[in-house]
Amino acid sequence: MPLVRGGRIVADNFTRIEDGAPIPNEGAVLVPAARFLADANELLQRQAPVGVIWPNDKNVSELAPYLDKLALIALVFPVYKDGRAYSQARLLRERHNYRGELRATGQVLRDQFVFLLRAGFDAFDVVKEADALAFEETAKRYSVFFQPTGDGRMTVARSRLKLHGHPTPATTRVNA
Amino acid sequence: MYLYDEFDRTLLTERVDEFRGQVARRLSGELTEDEFKSLRLMNGVYLQLHAYMLRIAIPYGTLSSQQLRQLALVARRYDRGYGHFTTRQNIQFNWIKLAQLPDAMADLAAVGLHGMQTSGNCVRNITTDQWAGVAPDEIDDPRVWAELIRQHVTLHPEFSFLPRKFKIAVGASDHDRAALRIHDLALRMHTNGAGERGFEVMVGGGLGRTPFIAKTIKEFLPQRDVLSYIEAVLRLYNQYGRRDNIYKARIKILVHDKGAEQFGKEVEAEWQSIKDGRLALDQAVVDEIATRFQYPEYVQLSNDPPELKKALSDGRFAVWHANSVRPHKQPGYAIVTLSLKPVGKPTGDCTADQMDKIAEIADRFSFSEIRVGHEQNLVLPQVAQRDLPEVFKALDAIEVATPNVNHISDIIACPGLDYCSLANARAIPVAQEISKRFADFKISENLGRLHVNISGCINACGHHHVGHIGILGVEKNGEEFYQITIGGRADEKAELGTLIGPAVPYDEVADVVEDLAEAYLDLRERPNELFIETFKRVGVEPFKERVYATR
Repeated sequence: MPLVRGGRIVADNFTRIEDGAPIPNEGAVLVPAARFLADANELLQRQAPVGVIWPNDKNVSELAPYLDKLALIALVFPVYKDGRAYSQARLLRERHNYRGELRATGQVLRDQFVFLLRAGFDAFDVVKEADALAFEETAKRYSVFFQPTGDGRMTVARSRLKLHGHPTPATTRVNA
Repeated sequence: MYLYDEFDRTLLTERVDEFRGQVARRLSGELTEDEFKSLRLMNGVYLQLHAYMLRIAIPYGTLSSQQLRQLALVARRYDRGYGHFTTRQNIQFNWIKLAQLPDAMADLAAVGLHGMQTSGNCVRNITTDQWAGVAPDEIDDPRVWAELIRQHVTLHPEFSFLPRKFKIAVGASDHDRAALRIHDLALRMHTNGAGERGFEVMVGGGLGRTPFIAKTIKEFLPQRDVLSYIEAVLRLYNQYGRRDNIYKARIKILVHDKGAEQFGKEVEAEWQSIKDGRLALDQAVVDEIATRFQYPEYVQLSNDPPELKKALSDGRFAVWHANSVRPHKQPGYAIVTLSLKPVGKPTGDCTADQMDKIAEIADRFSFSEIRVGHEQNLVLPQVAQRDLPEVFKALDAIEVATPNVNHISDIIACPGLDYCSLANARAIPVAQEISKRFADFKISENLGRLHVNISGCINACGHHHVGHIGILGVEKNGEEFYQITIGGRADEKAELGTLIGPAVPYDEVADVVEDLAEAYLDLRERPNELFIETFKRVGVEPFKERVYATR
């Protein structure tokens, strides 16, 4: 499963730790949520980066105390039509100001890329090779965005005001 | 009319390109049908019993004559020469081929039309009063708000994969013509004690297997907070709505399980943390949207001109006028409803030839504008009263002047087993049979306002729960049976109907409706007591007795 980060396919430097498996002293690790919460402070004292896999039915505010030390949060799309992780991503980025890597994992297809980027994801475990290769092209597919999210893209409403100035609404709509 | 600009056009072009790629990936096998399903649904493409169906959004039911002509072109070029108007102010084409869909969408995009978010688990087409902008009783044009919300939820990155579909309606009149309380979320504009305009917010309405009337969770929401409040509702729903059972996934179940009061509190808490952020509406943004709604250059006319008075001596014209023409907020003008319920024909269907003619009539007499109502009829929203005789002739010639608007034969029906893969029973032929029984307009006029709604399955696309007479098709041992309810209504006094008794077979549905109509005529206290009022006064029993006495 190719990992896309910074728009390119890259090698995954994190080792996924299975439940119950020992955590090595060296190297970046990605730890299941329950395991992480059980030992969070100890884990975060490792020299190497620590990431957590966070299920989509768990409140992300539980991660708040650890956000500045976490290198990676992987949010899960068990099936791609289950969109709970989009809300989690926006809350992490926009409410809790999380600045580490935010990775989409699970059933991630190219048709989600624009939504994922806008919600604040910056890394993607893409299921299909062809989708990963099409990342750059797909990410540029849309140039028009209506909603202000944390991604900083200019919204249509703002663009219109910039383009046309502030409008004067008609005082009456009936031309007698 | 609402004027689309470069941004809207660019988005549609980008959307068509994306869909073209998705269809190509499906045809090549790169996408499985399951993977393709959610993608096509987000573009309004369903797989029906016989073919793919394309549903096209008609935002707040407003169409230009140019758009209607393009719908006619699409009907001819890609379909079988007709389209079907739906209860969400949309239009459906039932016979489109997958490989041709991108071309059909490109033709639609050329006039600003699309199928985006007309299906799938996202925020659907925003609906409103089909008389918006012309109704005498409205506070403001609700379409400005519907358009603001439409833009905000279009390809929303957080809310495109909700637990289930999400329907929003906006109203701005005392009289609810938009069925607000059967929506997932509805806004009703009103003025508070300080003279400020804002919205009552209702959530958790919906029909289907578990029908609910929406509950008010906020009495007065200031206008500037509309988007942030909707965002808060959707964020809670996206995270906590059930995803384990498709029949329990709508927001109504979440609201019901938590209780409306608790749900309202949770929304309030989420909203407080975002209300003063980027979603707080700048008045300039609202004004910008408002300025792109174009209003006709009305001329100064007076009511009841001589041309109209003279024509009223003609019996057929007078019957139609009394039934299908309503007062307009501008003196000398009228709102004209076009019945898409000709006796014995499928409800809500419109042929390409009719569409072309209606576009032409709108150009001549209604400032090139047409509306679609949730009752599956069309509206010419601004006709000069002096032109009404000519308009009647033109409409009559193409069979859209049946004087049965709001009558027992003005039936709302889903496509049923004739088209739909979900249906258990036919709906269209039932509606046709009922309309034949009440083809005499003197009889239906005497019955007054009487809404009949038919759904071919529990999903309730025909809104049977809120019909004055509601008919639901079910399957029993391989045969079509129909459950009948009475007393439902979708207006400002919204209520769910009451079951009258055991289901009846297909052949007997029209007989039962006749029995109910006769019972009503016997029971009513005075000629202008409506069916729904009689029901409220006497309850279900006397109706039940009449229907089952001989069964």
